Amino acid sequence: MDWNVIQEYLPLYKEAAVLTLRIGWIGILFAVILGFICAMIQHYRVPILRQITKVYIELFRNTPLLVQLFFIYFGLPKVGLPVSADVCGAAGLALLGGSYMAETFRSGLEAVETVQMESALSLGMKWFQAMRYVVLPQAISISVPAFTANVIFLLKETSVFSAISLMDLMFTAKDLIGLYYKTTESLFLLVVFYLIILLPVSIAASLIERRLRYAGFGN
Amino acid sequence: MERAEELLKLEHVKKAYDGQEVLKDFSLTVHRGEVIVIVGASGCGKSTLLRCINGLEPIQGGRISLQGQVIDGRAKNIADIRQKIGMVFQSYDLFPHKTIMQNTTLAPIKVQKRIRADAEKEAEELLQRVGILDKKDNYPRQLSGGQKQRAAIVRALMMHPEIMLFDEVTAALDPEMVREVLDTMLELARSGMTMLIVTHEMSFAKAVADRVVFLDDGVTVEEGTPEEFFERPKTERAKRFLHTFEFDSVKK
Amino acid sequence: MQDLGISVLFKGINMQRLLLGLWAALRISLISVLISIPLGILTGIVMTLRNPVTKVLTRVYLEIVRIMPQMVLLFIVFFGVTRVFGINLPAELSSIIVFSFWGTAEMGDLVRGALISIPKHQYESAAALAMSKAQIYLYIIIPQTLRRLVPLSINLITRMIKTTSLVMMIGVVEVLKVAQQIIEANRKTSPNAAFGIFAVVFLLYFTACWPISLLSRYLEKKWS
Repeated sequence: MDWNVIQEYLPLYKEAAVLTLRIGWIGILFAVILGFICAMIQHYRVPILRQITKVYIELFRNTPLLVQLFFIYFGLPKVGLPVSADVCGAAGLALLGGSYMAETFRSGLEAVETVQMESALSLGMKWFQAMRYVVLPQAISISVPAFTANVIFLLKETSVFSAISLMDLMFTAKDLIGLYYKTTESLFLLVVFYLIILLPVSIAASLIERRLRYAGFGN
Repeated sequence: MERAEELLKLEHVKKAYDGQEVLKDFSLTVHRGEVIVIVGASGCGKSTLLRCINGLEPIQGGRISLQGQVIDGRAKNIADIRQKIGMVFQSYDLFPHKTIMQNTTLAPIKVQKRIRADAEKEAEELLQRVGILDKKDNYPRQLSGGQKQRAAIVRALMMHPEIMLFDEVTAALDPEMVREVLDTMLELARSGMTMLIVTHEMSFAKAVADRVVFLDDGVTVEEGTPEEFFERPKTERAKRFLHTFEFDSVKK
Repeated sequence: MQDLGISVLFKGINMQRLLLGLWAALRISLISVLISIPLGILTGIVMTLRNPVTKVLTRVYLEIVRIMPQMVLLFIVFFGVTRVFGINLPAELSSIIVFSFWGTAEMGDLVRGALISIPKHQYESAAALAMSKAQIYLYIIIPQTLRRLVPLSINLITRMIKTTSLVMMIGVVEVLKVAQQIIEANRKTSPNAAFGIFAVVFLLYFTACWPISLLSRYLEKKWS
């Protein structure tokens, strides 16, 4: 391994990692919002919207992100919806993630017994007060382990962004391997950078999970 | 008791689930300060009745009103009416993510906009009265079933309800914890609280009730003082019900 | 705008080519699943051992698989192995190696989870009925473990199929690659074919995964 090469490549990887993180977090943020809305619609059986979200969730949970991105990036412009690579990456991740988050939040809501809502109502709370103070705090903390697993899964999924010519870590690595044959160094940096991105999230996830388990208020 | 204010009035209430009639034509008037115990076999509609009174279940006919105000789960004022009706459920329904103190003060602070310090002071007094003040900073899972149920009673009392509904509150408890909850309820009755109690504890019913209502198959079969009902039941159905009970207790 | 690729789809053997492309991807996932399941069961049993060495080893193995994107693993095997050992691994073989490596870890964790979820009193009450060790496993433990395991491993198959779409990135000709070729070949006559063709690929993957997801969910509900 040639350390000079590594030093030379380092800035390229840094730039790529920033791009991955930027698009990744935007995608995940929207995934959370989308997933939350879909979960509420599913749980409270809003007519019509419920069927639509159901179809959406099934479609995106059962197809690969790569295929979703190809459709959005290459397909949609043909019907007059041009999408830039950045937006496509974030949107694809948000749509995929939204379908996963929806299931996570929905099962979280389902795990809160109905008597919790009823006893909050019987104390004279309004529906949204009962939701805010009683149901949601419980549903969210039940969802935490699955939620963090989703975040890690989505961050890993960003590794296909290079397919829509976003200059992410994979793109950089492939480029450098193809151009200069510095395979070992390129792969080494690739692994290191993914560790830098994912290891802290993974450690934080298991810490949160452990804390929840010990401080757990569940019966 | 005579001529006290009519607090809660149920007139010809009908309730059905998917075409199956649970309450057929149920009427009952509860006066202020009265303690009414509703007995009947499982599935006779007792719990449904309480849920209807709290507007948790829609009714298909008749009228339920509290101090003249009609109770309708979908009406705008339902949250206001529910504050006047305290309800304690069979399963300890405390909020698991909040301490006992937070459980008892959440609704007073958020719904009635009371000052936290005042609410906490009152909660402490009530927790003291039911004997679990030392648990105020614990989470529900750290309490025994009986303690949880007493905390649930305090939580309902904190809203200063006009009437308290108890839905088989001892049914899920270990036998040795039943007593402490029933004692709390007896004390509450003595203090003049209006109460509507669904229970399977017959000797408790005898001790606490001003009036016993025997519900069977969605209708009131018999109604009277505990002495009348338990010593001299008039109807065949009530006799059979009470007999089943005794038979059970002999077998043990 | 009038032609969004449907005519291209039915031109010549294009549909057939797409389906063959899908099969190329599915074949890789099926082979990987077939390798992952037995190896995963072994790994899972090893994970439940109290031996500190195997504990650490399997833990590290699982963490690597959990943290590294499959794309990175693919690159390491496809480009790295060639570089280090001087052998030219075909892309398809590289994919099978990576997905089996990944699948074995995931399967192992599922097996471990299923095994430790059997309460101790199940062993004890079986023993109290004077069953032999073999009988305890045969009649009591394994059937219960399977009930937990089967729905989850079926779910793993859909994850495997979805992950297989990555192989185009190291040059395996599968459904996405075929789709690109078809779109490219018809660029002049149907410039908008990308919409229809990629929509079809999307639906093809959905048709492959959805029934398996449904089966997994059905079994999970039935057996829980």
